[in-house]
Amino acid sequence: MTVANPYAPYPMRITRVTEEAPGVRTLRLEFVDPQVAERFTFKAGQFGEYSVFGEGESTFCIASPPTRKGYIECTFRQMGRVTTALADRDEGDIIGFRGPYGNIFPIEDWHGKNLLFIAGGIALPPMRCVIWNCLDLRDRYGDISILYGARTVADLVYKHELAEWGSRSDVKLTTTVDPGGQTPDWKGQVGFVPTILEQLAPSSANTIAIVCGPPIMIKLTMPVLAKLGFTPDAIYTTLENRMKCGVGKCGRCNVGKVYVCKDGPVFTLAQLNTLPAEY
Amino acid sequence: MNPGSELRILRTEALGELFSRLTASGHRLLAPVRRDGRVEFAEVSSPQEVALDYIQTTTSAKAAVFPRYEPLLRFRLRGKAADVQELPPDTRPTVLFGVHPCDAASLATLKAVFTWDSPDPYFETRLQQLTVVGLSCTRGDAYCFCTSVGGAPGDTRGSDVLLTPLDDDRFLVEILTEKGRTLAGAAPQLFAPANGEQKENRLAKITPRFGVEQVTSRLPKLFDRTEVWVEQSLRCLGCGACAFVCPTCSCFDIQDERQRYDSVRLRCWDSCGFKLFTLHASGHNPRARQSERWRQRVMHKFSYQPERLGVLGCVGCGRCSRACPVDMNLAEHVQALAEMSV
Repeated sequence: MTVANPYAPYPMRITRVTEEAPGVRTLRLEFVDPQVAERFTFKAGQFGEYSVFGEGESTFCIASPPTRKGYIECTFRQMGRVTTALADRDEGDIIGFRGPYGNIFPIEDWHGKNLLFIAGGIALPPMRCVIWNCLDLRDRYGDISILYGARTVADLVYKHELAEWGSRSDVKLTTTVDPGGQTPDWKGQVGFVPTILEQLAPSSANTIAIVCGPPIMIKLTMPVLAKLGFTPDAIYTTLENRMKCGVGKCGRCNVGKVYVCKDGPVFTLAQLNTLPAEY
Repeated sequence: MNPGSELRILRTEALGELFSRLTASGHRLLAPVRRDGRVEFAEVSSPQEVALDYIQTTTSAKAAVFPRYEPLLRFRLRGKAADVQELPPDTRPTVLFGVHPCDAASLATLKAVFTWDSPDPYFETRLQQLTVVGLSCTRGDAYCFCTSVGGAPGDTRGSDVLLTPLDDDRFLVEILTEKGRTLAGAAPQLFAPANGEQKENRLAKITPRFGVEQVTSRLPKLFDRTEVWVEQSLRCLGCGACAFVCPTCSCFDIQDERQRYDSVRLRCWDSCGFKLFTLHASGHNPRARQSERWRQRVMHKFSYQPERLGVLGCVGCGRCSRACPVDMNLAEHVQALAEMSV
């Protein structure tokens, strides 16, 4: 074959499995072929197609930051055929990966700015990559604030890292759970993310907002950000449209004339405002 | 006539010799064949099998470059481990014989989709190996609307050689490309010099129903007219037959098919008309209603693709409307959109 097969996955070995929440796991993956590992690079915001041979492929962001070398991580919820098979894999098992695909969070353009991360549920993973990337280059950014909410306390992912961010003096972390989702010893907030955001009322001055979450959370968070003075070009999100090929051919992720897999998954609200609301 | 083309005369009785030469040199021949009351493209070895008097095949010729399903990888499973084998693209030289100008024109749309950003060796290898022998239309039917979307019954685009039947015994041959010259060179004695024969009076008359420009310029403004899309798609079943028979529909799925320890990863045709096409694992669906999926189909073909890839996603073959079980007619609907005030 003269042209490299764009559908052939690289084998990757699972080197760590972390239980994050009921049905949610993180896999740490290392390339089996050291030459592939050597030349592999990616940037915050990019995604990949993860395969279980004989079961299929699923699309997830790369949840670990490019500043941590030698491995990538993905976090997924067990939902269908592929993620059920993935959940059945252990440390030492081999799965497939192709990527990185898609565009990036322009974090180099954000030097000197304050960053406000707003995430809901299983949408923290795409943001975790950016958060760690910026924390690993901490002196380049201003204030870093994180607002993270989940349905219940159990559903919060990356619990150890939340504890670490919460204890750092250079991060302002707020966690919240939906009303009814709290436990007796819950020390965080209770309320939906947009409500808590309104109460926190962070300043929009020199600040970039990064928002990832379920569609309903994004929909209700945007007006709050607007009220706080965030302009559409200072608000970033990543779209979660379903994908198969990842390389701009299969048509599944199309929103208007945009291919989410090529032009995204990272978009500003200003860009989203020019697209049909089919995401 | 195409100014750069070479004109020849080919006698219908010479097709047998031409087919023999081509198969002897390792070519696969695909041609329209009448089976069970339908005409479909199929592999043939002699002209007796070929039905050249057809108006339209039920499914398009796109399978020659983009098969209904195509194996990409093979996995031999050993417990949770697997041996991964890349399955190479099909490299057989193929002659697509007797394809109408609409299908020939569709190859440009498919090529735009499969190559606009990154290479696709499966599609590109098939296309490189393909020689297209087009067949002008001497008849059309009420479903044909090629002349509304930039095509014509004698259009040469996409063909390497175009045949126009002059009478029962002879074709006027336009040799259009290097591939076409190579094909004719396989049996040069069969291609006699032309002597002023013209194809124009042999061609079907297809009256244009709308102008492409009218449609593409109006569609962005019609996007939010929900009532228009709901009304047009009220009876749509979401069966996907339109995409299945369409020569330019190229959306696909990738699936693993497994039998015990042997598994194939394949890509297969899919359709934006299916609810599952965009359904998220969470249950959220960006295009949850059939009317939104109908709008996507029309917008994609007549607005998004022209704007993004510079190609129209429709060649006016009319297959979608012939195949629709509830008689939705694309040309009628697009004509209505073209005439709508915005």
